[in-house]
Amino acid sequence: MSRSEDHAVDPDSAVEGSQLQGDETDARELIQLIGVAIVGVLAAAMVVFIALDWLREYPAVGLAFEQFLIAGAWLDYYLGTNVFQHAFMWRNIATAVLIGVVAPLVGTYLVHRQMALIGETLAHTAFAGVAIGLLFIAVTGWQGSLLVVALIVSALGALAVQWLTERTSTYGDVPIAIMLAGSFAIGTLLISWGRGSMGIGVDIEEWLFGSLSVVTAGGARMMAILAVSVVAVVAVTYKQLLFITFDEQAAKVAQFNVSGYNTLLVVMTAVVVVGAMQVLGVILVAGMLVIPVAAASQIARSFRETLSLSILFGQASVLGGFAFAIGASLPSGGSIIVVAILIYLLAVALTLLLGRSGPALSMH
Amino acid sequence: MSSVVDIQNVSFAYGEKPALEDVSLTVEAGDFLGLIGPNGSGKTTLLHIMLGLHSPDEGSVELFGEPVDEFDDGERIGYVSQQATSQGGTMPVTVRECVRMGRFAHVGHGRLSDADKRIAEEALETVDIANLADQRINQLSGGQRQRAYIARAIASEADLLALDEPTVGVDAESRDAFYQLLDSLNDSGITIVLIEHDIGVVTDRADHVACLNTTLYHHGDTESFVESDALSEAYGTTGTVVHHHH
Repeated sequence: MSRSEDHAVDPDSAVEGSQLQGDETDARELIQLIGVAIVGVLAAAMVVFIALDWLREYPAVGLAFEQFLIAGAWLDYYLGTNVFQHAFMWRNIATAVLIGVVAPLVGTYLVHRQMALIGETLAHTAFAGVAIGLLFIAVTGWQGSLLVVALIVSALGALAVQWLTERTSTYGDVPIAIMLAGSFAIGTLLISWGRGSMGIGVDIEEWLFGSLSVVTAGGARMMAILAVSVVAVVAVTYKQLLFITFDEQAAKVAQFNVSGYNTLLVVMTAVVVVGAMQVLGVILVAGMLVIPVAAASQIARSFRETLSLSILFGQASVLGGFAFAIGASLPSGGSIIVVAILIYLLAVALTLLLGRSGPALSMH
Repeated sequence: MSSVVDIQNVSFAYGEKPALEDVSLTVEAGDFLGLIGPNGSGKTTLLHIMLGLHSPDEGSVELFGEPVDEFDDGERIGYVSQQATSQGGTMPVTVRECVRMGRFAHVGHGRLSDADKRIAEEALETVDIANLADQRINQLSGGQRQRAYIARAIASEADLLALDEPTVGVDAESRDAFYQLLDSLNDSGITIVLIEHDIGVVTDRADHVACLNTTLYHHGDTESFVESDALSEAYGTTGTVVHHHH
């Protein structure tokens, strides 16, 4: 076969380059592997904390939980903070750390399916879910969690979004935009009505922008269960989701259940959004699905690398955002998103400096 | 032995607008079928129906002897879509990752084995882009990218390769090399269905031609097509030149 390609990548220099790149690639992979492993250990520790919190009625567990908070008090002593000795702060941190793993994980597929708007829509649907939950609880006196109602409504919203997109031309975003505004409108109406006629006191701002007081022990527990489930599902369906994201028609021809996996992805998004809403709030939650992925896609060389970097950047945003929020006594949601955007801008700058041929992600 | 593709009396309409009317054709194992017709003649629709991406309004479709909606050996078909050039254009996927997708239908939810990875590497060698394996697919030229998609089909050990205008936007020299590759794959026993707007390529390469404009104007071997009036009938009187440079 004659080598007669036009030289977008010069084959000969690519051969020489690949030998030079070999060591660099290994180092790069190693660094990412270490990073992801650290995030994994951190996330696992947070799941353990949430489990201790849950089971602390049992004396042995209660003791371990106490020790954890005592260690936190020492940490506070050395850092001069008043954070780590409080169980509610740890619940926040644990929830945020888990968000930092699962939101970019699901977001990587969403962004590259050009479904970023769906995350935002599902957040608004979840808001309607919170409103419905508040009314439901006020009317029935049900003792369950508001988030469970939000989760159910958001998951139903996800199925509706999926139904809409399958029946309109290729992810046409008009029905999605209508749904985004519509569910938010319903949410605000229900909350105002509940306030007026039933005297339900609710601080909408907490749900809109996220708040430390929103994360309850139950909410953190739900986040832990959601996070473990989502990671497990993505681990099992990584290949199928990748193929469908990359080339949907070819995946269909290869007899993949494309519509089934699409539904799975959208429902997972709904689940992640409801979990993340506690810390980030309805308005900001989509940012965590999108921004770390956008940053990773700027510099990643492969899809696997995009996933790893998205999670690393997501985690860095969460931890950096928390540190800033605690230091400056400002809301955590906004801080996390601002840090995420800073990381994104750094990634763009790095791409420009290194003169890579154009961004991976067209921003349109 | 049954045909690879067997289409009987297929009709399909987008709303009120008929795209295909009463089309019947068969593709036998080892055929190289060129599917031609003017823009909007229903070529892509027919290919999609063949592959089960659309269901026909009327008529029946069989793939490898099974009704298409019951067919589940996805790995037997390699598909290079028209959008292949634009899709994946924004996604950071390496050539190797793309080619390994050809093994996904084989392993289901399991991990790729070393054998699967080796088959993918061999497919890269076959289409002569092994040196580009770690490049992002959106950094390749059009011709190189289409080779990657072909490699994916080879990696899936497909018996049928369906291509929808694979060389749009590819320069002439790379196109020749690309079609040589298709020839050698066809020689090795892979059945090929190719949609191509360049009729010269089809008459040069394909051993069968289906000429379509909503209805089928010709279906048979290439020589009888060249001698027939099917081309001018399907395309109207504009008359496109048929190449003969064997």
